[in-house]
Amino acid sequence: MQLTVWTYEGPPHIGAMRVATAMTGVHYVLHAPQGDTYADLLFTMIERRDKRPPVTYTTFQARDLGTDTAELFQSALADAYERFKPQAMLVGSSCTAELIQDDPGGLADALHLPVPVIPLELPAYQKKENWGAAETFYRIVRTLASPRQGQERPKNERPLANLLGPTALGFRHRDDIIEITRLLESMGIGVNVVAPLGASPADIQRIPDADFNVVLYPEHALSAAQWLERAFKQPYTKTVPIGVNATRAFIAEVAQIAGVSADVPERTRLPWYSRSVDSTYLTGKRVFIFGDATHALAAARVASKELGFQVVGLGTYSREFAREIRAAAAEYGVEPLITDDYLEVEAAVRDSNPELVLGTQMERHIAKRLGIPCAVISAPVHVQDFPARYSPQMGFEGANVLFDTWVHPLMMGLEEHLLRMFREDFEFQEAPSHLGAAPQAAKEAPAPRELAVAAPAEVAPAHQAAETPATPSALVWLADAEAELRKIPFFVRGKAKRNTERYAAEKGISNITVETLYDAKAHFSR
Amino acid sequence: MSIEDAVADTGCQDRQIRHERGQRAVFCGLTSIVWLHRKIQDAFFLVVGSRTCAHLIQSAAGVMIFAEPRFGTAIIEERDLAGLADLNEELDRVVNRLLERRPDIKMLFLVASCPSEVIKLDLDRAAQRLSADFAGRVGIFSYSGSGLDTTFTQGEDTCLAALVPVLPEAKREAARSLMVVGTLADVVEDQFARLFREIGLENVHFFPPRDSQHLPPVGENTHFLLAQPFLTETARTLQRRGARHIPAPFPLGEEGTTGWLRAAARTFGIPDERFEAVVAAPRDRARRALSAHKAKLEGKSIFFFPDSQLEVPLARFASRELDMKLAEVGTPYLHRQHLAAELDLLHKDLIIYEGQDVENQLDRCREARPDLTVCGLGLANPLEAEGLATKWSIELLFTPIQGYDQAGDLAELFARPLNRRARLEV
Ligand code: SF4
Ligand code: SF4
Repeated sequence: MQLTVWTYEGPPHIGAMRVATAMTGVHYVLHAPQGDTYADLLFTMIERRDKRPPVTYTTFQARDLGTDTAELFQSALADAYERFKPQAMLVGSSCTAELIQDDPGGLADALHLPVPVIPLELPAYQKKENWGAAETFYRIVRTLASPRQGQERPKNERPLANLLGPTALGFRHRDDIIEITRLLESMGIGVNVVAPLGASPADIQRIPDADFNVVLYPEHALSAAQWLERAFKQPYTKTVPIGVNATRAFIAEVAQIAGVSADVPERTRLPWYSRSVDSTYLTGKRVFIFGDATHALAAARVASKELGFQVVGLGTYSREFAREIRAAAAEYGVEPLITDDYLEVEAAVRDSNPELVLGTQMERHIAKRLGIPCAVISAPVHVQDFPARYSPQMGFEGANVLFDTWVHPLMMGLEEHLLRMFREDFEFQEAPSHLGAAPQAAKEAPAPRELAVAAPAEVAPAHQAAETPATPSALVWLADAEAELRKIPFFVRGKAKRNTERYAAEKGISNITVETLYDAKAHFSR
Repeated sequence: MSIEDAVADTGCQDRQIRHERGQRAVFCGLTSIVWLHRKIQDAFFLVVGSRTCAHLIQSAAGVMIFAEPRFGTAIIEERDLAGLADLNEELDRVVNRLLERRPDIKMLFLVASCPSEVIKLDLDRAAQRLSADFAGRVGIFSYSGSGLDTTFTQGEDTCLAALVPVLPEAKREAARSLMVVGTLADVVEDQFARLFREIGLENVHFFPPRDSQHLPPVGENTHFLLAQPFLTETARTLQRRGARHIPAPFPLGEEGTTGWLRAAARTFGIPDERFEAVVAAPRDRARRALSAHKAKLEGKSIFFFPDSQLEVPLARFASRELDMKLAEVGTPYLHRQHLAAELDLLHKDLIIYEGQDVENQLDRCREARPDLTVCGLGLANPLEAEGLATKWSIELLFTPIQGYDQAGDLAELFARPLNRRARLEV
């Protein structure tokens, strides 16, 4: 039994829903009590989907438990087939139904529906959302993919690839597939099937027609790709093209698999922007990274090699990929953080004293509370992770997006410093900040706008909080120390104050003197 | 029929109520933790359930302004089910750790879920056992928010019902007192407290209280007024402790609020003239606030999907105070007696749907093409995409809508989607 306040991943059937909702022509009948229907809102509100997820819930109640929940399942399945006429169906149990052991697969067989029915066994008390998505996709591919019918493809036809892994509610999956499709096109490679996002059961059937598979999101597609390699001798790519270097490596890998030239125009500004002089201030910025393994690993590489940041924390909630994260963490000389305990992540962020957090929506909240700039790099997602504009993470355009979205929070921080520096000047007239209006106290009751769906109300503009952290009540700054603090350059003053107070608290010092200030400086200089 | 008569009238026997069974699209009772934990400020709600339960509350609560909210889920894992760990010991361990970490918590609710009920984990016993350990420090209670037996707002009902047995006993010789039952926003509660005082009711308590130290007394001299329509069990347990229910409509809109206050005033023998004198000004204010919205809403049709059990009072408000046309009124559960005064105020040809078959209901909604559809978050965008204006029903729970000074806000909630549509040219 584990106490959880906030979770990174939902139960595995949410992963199955992400696959089903991504596809067309499938319908998922989930044996579940009524409350589980909340899952619909994740798709309709966060992703602003204009259709309900293709999911029927049996919504059994206490009174059904005594009688026949199995019968209820069967009638729900038959009704759903009649109403939606899908080309394939998925059936399975949620956590509660798993306990009553109705065997949806067996019950479905007895109905002899005229379409393939794929039973999903997703152990809700062991596994989580991403695993559920991978398992569901694998089952679908395994059931539906079939060897090419009829003639061989003409010899001179261009090579074909499948893009595997994008799902509903994925972090920028929508745009990544456009970017990678364009990239492959520029190499003379066609895209056969993108799946599960946008694929129909008939498309899944055609997957073996391609020469190879591009695994965009190993969390969701690795097991299917491994099976396809065994069953159809389709090789798959191992590089996830996030960042300039990874995109180059991806191009080389693809060129080799497909036997085409790796000579592709690099349409990215990141290398030059990163080398331009104003980026000097990015050097050694302390960055804390947490997310799904794929995005966290990529972020660490880009942050350290392409932006010149210092990785001070690296972790993931994807236990399935703990090994990769451990290896990378060793490379950056940091402790790997493999956890899905939100409080543990918060403590790690605080302890590593970062200047930028790259994380999920969960770390965005942590960063906001701690007054640290933050950019989101991975699911779990929120409504603002589905921007109206084209905003991929992968490929060369993706690298441009990373530069902008990671660097801007820091730049804004700098501008705020300037405002602060001149605040004492007589000309200074409460200049409007582009960071928004004056801080507002957090509302007591969650306003409806903030429900699950919309941008949460800003608790306080992050940078404001960053530079004038409130002094814990037990600590007193003696006058000379305070005067000394004011001599410290504005852009590190907040940090110096924070570090000193932390140091004082740790050492049990209640009156901060000039000595304390410099002791702390020595203590934290790394 | 006027509101006065309706209060007296208990039956609405000839009304047509259709029962539907099929897929439901409502939250389970765990959801009410989202507002209950804000109300009772030193309480912690510990769901004993699965990852799904944790995910549901997180999705319904949305924001994480608070790093450590006063709710959480003890997630049952494979090893617990396989008997490798003793569930009761595990629960004790989790509770001990939690209460150690959070000395600010004075009241702990163990909230049962579908999984805990199916495996027959006895949380009532667990609460008793743990109560002994924490006696004098933390009050420990249990109730069910499971989707097997509660929908959405019923979670508040089961929670409050679990508290009734520990309410202090009101002395036999104590003066008669009024208890207002059901979570109201603090600002609304304060408004009502003021009004009751002006009417001449001094002895007024609110339940649930704002913290564990202010549990209201109950006894034979307690008369209670329901502020929410979903408190079936709570009312029953209060009655078992001798308290008497004051039949009334619900305090939504000017008319509902007046009827609700008047029912209390009459119970306590307040002269009508005094009552009317006190409420005249706020009534007038409410009517004025409503009039602007009414101009935009009258004649428009409104369709309610079943959600919070507030649907019947809301339909009464929409039809009588905003002159809207009721296309359909669905409710997950209809408590005929508590809603008697409301039902009497609704047109007798109106069909009310109890229960749900969401697919059939969507068909009817598409057929009716109402001007406004009140529905859950899962349905809102899909219906908007089909060209139907919607109002998220959950907003009606999280926004203060009761009382005179919120009547205009309530109308505005209905008007907003229509106003927005009128503005957009895109
Ligand atoms: S319906 Fe049951 S299993 Fe689902 S979230 Fe509610 S209590 Fe948990
Ligand atoms: S309102 Fe109409 S239907 Fe209802 S009790 Fe009165 S007379 Fe009967």
